[in-house]
Amino acid sequence: MDMTALLLSRIQFAFTITFHIIFPSFSIGLAAWLTVLEALSLATGRPVYRVIFEFWLKIFGVAFGLGVVSGIVMAFQFGTNWSVHAKMAGPIQGPLLMFETFWAFMLEASFFGVLIFGRSRVPPWFYLFSTAMVALGTSISAFWIMVNNSWMQVPSGYVLENGLFVPNDWTKIIFNSVVWSRFPHMLLAAYLTGAFCVAATGAWYMLRKVYHAEARIMLRMGLGLAAVLMPVQLLFGHLTGEYVNTYQPSKMAAIEGRWNDEKPGSEVLFAWPDVEHRRNLFAITLPPPFGSLIDSDSFTAAETGLNSIPPENWPPVVIPFFTFRIMVGCGLAMLGLAWFGTYLSYRHRLAYNRPMLWLTFFSFPLPFIAIITGWFTAEVGRQPWVVFGVLRTADAMTPFLTTREATISLVMFCAIYAFIFLFGTFYIYRLIRTGPARKPFEIPHLAVPNRPMSLADEELVPEPSHADAGE
Amino acid sequence: MVMFWVSLLAISILLYVLLDGVDLGVGLLFGLASGEARRGAMQSAVAPIWDGNETWLVVTAVILWGAFPLVYANLLSAFYLPLIVMLLGLILRGVAFEFRHKTQRLRWIWDLSFAGGSLIATFIQGMTVGALVEGLPFTNGEYSGGAVGWLTPFAVLCGIGLCLGYALLGACWLAKKCDGEVRDVAHRQIPVLAVGVLVFLVLVFAYALAEHLPILHRWIDRPYLFVFPAIGAAAASVLALSILRHNDHWPFYMVALIFVSAFGTLALSFWPYMIPFVITIDEAASPQSSLAFMFWGCGVVVFPLMLLYTVISYTVFRGKVGAASGYGHH
Repeated sequence: MDMTALLLSRIQFAFTITFHIIFPSFSIGLAAWLTVLEALSLATGRPVYRVIFEFWLKIFGVAFGLGVVSGIVMAFQFGTNWSVHAKMAGPIQGPLLMFETFWAFMLEASFFGVLIFGRSRVPPWFYLFSTAMVALGTSISAFWIMVNNSWMQVPSGYVLENGLFVPNDWTKIIFNSVVWSRFPHMLLAAYLTGAFCVAATGAWYMLRKVYHAEARIMLRMGLGLAAVLMPVQLLFGHLTGEYVNTYQPSKMAAIEGRWNDEKPGSEVLFAWPDVEHRRNLFAITLPPPFGSLIDSDSFTAAETGLNSIPPENWPPVVIPFFTFRIMVGCGLAMLGLAWFGTYLSYRHRLAYNRPMLWLTFFSFPLPFIAIITGWFTAEVGRQPWVVFGVLRTADAMTPFLTTREATISLVMFCAIYAFIFLFGTFYIYRLIRTGPARKPFEIPHLAVPNRPMSLADEELVPEPSHADAGE
Repeated sequence: MVMFWVSLLAISILLYVLLDGVDLGVGLLFGLASGEARRGAMQSAVAPIWDGNETWLVVTAVILWGAFPLVYANLLSAFYLPLIVMLLGLILRGVAFEFRHKTQRLRWIWDLSFAGGSLIATFIQGMTVGALVEGLPFTNGEYSGGAVGWLTPFAVLCGIGLCLGYALLGACWLAKKCDGEVRDVAHRQIPVLAVGVLVFLVLVFAYALAEHLPILHRWIDRPYLFVFPAIGAAAASVLALSILRHNDHWPFYMVALIFVSAFGTLALSFWPYMIPFVITIDEAASPQSSLAFMFWGCGVVVFPLMLLYTVISYTVFRGKVGAASGYGHH
């Protein structure tokens, strides 16, 4: 076993999946937003909704395309770097990934085609239905991925036979409380990502004094949606914490920076965990029973500390401890922004409040940071296990993988992804900077359902001057 | 149930080779072509299909993982570096399709990515098959060849052979889909490439005889296997005739038939092994509970729908691509 190859493989998986999650979390939220826009357009008949719809449809196409491209690699990496895991967990995780691939393919193929070609060919209600189906499909994709990952967090519905995880109860694998708290948590995160990106775009147009009517709707709807969803998201975040507390005490203890068993537990708000001496430096702590109240909804519950868990079963404590706090911090910042912005917008003062517009504009990275740090908390916190409590990450790696091979592949991934990511992001930026086109939407030449990015093929129009823009 | 999933796997691989072979081949020829008009027309001929074609690679991967995890784990880890390079090659050429028209000044980067990515991906696919035919080094059911255990002269020969094969497939597609200069160039390339493929096949056969490859014994045991090469030979004769008559359509169908017969030959020579002489289909198959779950949830309804959708999308895209219609129409 090559320990350096193990570390490099973990970094490679983390890098490729972090890169990947950026795009689906954006496109899942946008698909839902498109459905709302199309419904409003149908209900009110106001052309402005149509303009915004067609603008975001193009951005959806690019984000969706980059998500598909970066997702292909994920279907192969289990086998290349983690062959022992792939062999053992294949009978469970393979079928779950197949459901994701097959169902997503059918959806992309059929209803995305209607979105591109169908405007003039199908009745309006069917066009709306297709938009909703695309949104549903991206959510179904997310669902199967969350079932897959949740099984690695809390394995269930299987027996170990001849070194294989043999499924004996698929209902337990799919319908369990872990999936049904984590899937909504991820879905809401994606919706919030869409909401903040839309609001930030609106704020940007407002600040530049262009596309006033569209910007107002984007701001109001983006922030309004976030204001409603943020509290729900906090609730599901709390429920997700409950499964961690029940099934993964080592992850919970690391997140909380809790070294000793406590009954009832205290709550460390901030500290620097000193792993070597098993203590927290610079700790700001709420007294008991706040820890038990937050982790177990109880005034008296006992909470496990790291000292009662063998150190070989600890995750790298510092990473989940901080990523969790960054995620929560982003969440609270988004809650504040969404509520205050919605209040201002309700009083019709948001358009004139430039500091608030700037804040909203700069808020768009927050949901992405929250999603990535949240996933780091879940995945790094699961260590040293790949299938929690059953299969160690170190035992899951391809036994004959060498440091040299792992280094070469990691360097190549970094180089090519950086190259593509820069272009892709720049391209989305250019689309957003250009803004909505106030002319009838033309189907780009040769656009096809299997090429989502083709939607944005048409020539970019020059940026409108300030004189003729705005209303 | 195992047979059902073997069939789906075979269909997916064959579809991948035939369909993505076309656009990879066009990518290879793209590297040889000069001039924006020709390059644009060549991309137009595959633009609406390439992404759907690559889907079959992902479908192949997930069927392997879900239904034959032992093969998935062993193959993907044994071909570690080539596989990752191939994926990155496919990503580069895929993105090149999209980004090529977003820039004028940097277009050469994406043209290079398109041709280079196609070349890398094709060569590695051919090399992988070659290494499998020759036999990978395994000890106690585990790959033991090290980082480059697959790198043999025979594997390299097969890599070059597949480049010729895909280029031939691509040239036939261009003759079928295009007009004017692109079609004429394709008509000139088809005979050259066809002879190249023929020479490659002769070399492969000679090598297999000289090295006493174990796969040859299957041929002595199973004389009915010669049906496939016979179909291939018949298709080659029709191909030669259609080349002489400058037909636009027949070459493509005949080359596709040659690919099918080559695939059938290989598949039946491997049978019942998935990794020749190491892992059989039955050893590799997932437990019944996994296979049944996938059968009801994916295999029996969704897979036929996917096939139907592929047929429909090709029907929509039938006929010649207009000369004026560049990929990005500007």
